[in-house]
Amino acid sequence: MQKDLNWREFLITRLIKFSGYSAIIFVSMIFFFLLKEGLPALSEVPLGDLFSTRWYPIESYYGILPLISGSILVTVGAGIIAVPFGIGVAIYLAEIAPRWLRNMLKPLVELLGGLPSVVLGFLGILILSPTLRVTLDLPTGLTALSGALLLGGIAIPTVVSISEDALDAVPKSYRDAALALGATRWQTIWRVTLPAARSGVLTAVMLGVGRSIGETMTVMMVTGNAPILAKGLGDLFSPVRTMTATIAAEMGEVANASTHYHVLFFIGLVLFLISLAVNMTASAIVFRQKKRAERVLS
Amino acid sequence: MKNKIVIENLTLQYSDGTESLNGINLDIPANATTVLFGPAGGGKSSILRCLNRLNDLADVEKVTGKILLDGENILDLKTDVIALRRKVGMVFARPVVLPFSIRGNLTYGLELAGEKRKSRYAEAVERSLKLAALWDEVHDRLDDPAIALSGGQQQRLCLARSIALEPEVLLLDEPTSGLDPISTSKVEDALIELKKQYTVILVPHSVQQAARTSDYAAFFLEGKLIEYAPGTEIFTNPKKQRTEDYVMGRFG
Repeated sequence: MQKDLNWREFLITRLIKFSGYSAIIFVSMIFFFLLKEGLPALSEVPLGDLFSTRWYPIESYYGILPLISGSILVTVGAGIIAVPFGIGVAIYLAEIAPRWLRNMLKPLVELLGGLPSVVLGFLGILILSPTLRVTLDLPTGLTALSGALLLGGIAIPTVVSISEDALDAVPKSYRDAALALGATRWQTIWRVTLPAARSGVLTAVMLGVGRSIGETMTVMMVTGNAPILAKGLGDLFSPVRTMTATIAAEMGEVANASTHYHVLFFIGLVLFLISLAVNMTASAIVFRQKKRAERVLS
Repeated sequence: MKNKIVIENLTLQYSDGTESLNGINLDIPANATTVLFGPAGGGKSSILRCLNRLNDLADVEKVTGKILLDGENILDLKTDVIALRRKVGMVFARPVVLPFSIRGNLTYGLELAGEKRKSRYAEAVERSLKLAALWDEVHDRLDDPAIALSGGQQQRLCLARSIALEPEVLLLDEPTSGLDPISTSKVEDALIELKKQYTVILVPHSVQQAARTSDYAAFFLEGKLIEYAPGTEIFTNPKKQRTEDYVMGRFG
């Protein structure tokens, strides 16, 4: 009996340990696979050509700058839409809406986050793009703007859900203290509640941005997929092509171990590094704040 | 003795019916310390939260009666609640320092009030810290984060923060419940200075503190005002049996 128990204990501990390590193992294996398949691109294509502005792989033009700029343009556009709107919704839910309304609205917002992105892309093609084309008088509705609007829609539930949690976790006593000093409701939210919740709100923003930069299906469907270098926010009204859409569209038809194949993996590597940088910046900021608080408390 | 606050027939009911006030009549004199004491759930905090209308945010079913501050009914719908809260400062049981520096905590209320003259800030910081008996401990590190202070210092900072607005009335809801005896006596000493300028209303965290600090004392039990008398009388020679039982420690 005793022996049996020990044996079970041993097995369970090992299993849990294995699950923990496997997460790390998988991430590093993916990273090494990306390196192994993507790095040969650097020797096969001169660096100057790789970071040039023309993407036309059939004739061996492998300039990935238009793809990077496309991704950045669409993501920044989505952020401009999703961050203020998402935080606004979170403030309304956490601070202003009556409790019953909040309990009804928040699950609805989170449900929106579970919507398959291909469905949003579908709506984008059928409704959003034609509307934009007509109202803005554009040659085509399949533009970076359509992608940014839809990605913003995808990021909003993430931003709302996480920043609402953060705002809700701010102790009521903070609000009481500010109000008792003669702060209005808005002053309390802007100067006390929001700063107190800032690390959570920042995490929300970063996760929202991360979600939109990695999104593939929607942008492939609505951004027009033209690999033209975007030079500024003004290019929101022309078609772009993102890194994710390029990989998704071309990977299926590429010859294994060809230059094109290696370049596609290299793009994946760049994408990986960009999201890693976004995540690390976010955790560095949160960590720095935590450290300051810890130093202060000790 | 002039009455700063007159409470007439105040009745309050929360929507879940947990705690309520029942027909309270109370005259609170200016420039004195009035303590509201009694066992938990008696309605002491509810009264304080009516006096600066902080109860507006809670689940209050209904409030009837009048609270006259300098003759004006503050429960009136027309009352400017923000201006009222600047006039009636409040310190809570748990010190709530805002996530700013020590100086930032003190000037925050003035900023909110739209005070533009920076010279007034320095003056208010020094005056309020001296009144709260904190100046000597922090005057050389005003720009440190306020959470770096000890619990007792934080509570005196909260007191100073209320004073910086130059209110007319100070509400203190068990301000020393989490403090050590040394910090507690510093806060109590500060109150003696404060009542020269302000009307102080204190909910003490013990009968002993009530006896030490009160000029006038009101005993509350289950939402009713049982007895109201000068502190020297109520703690030595209470008129009502319930008051005597509580003061002597037979219940509560």
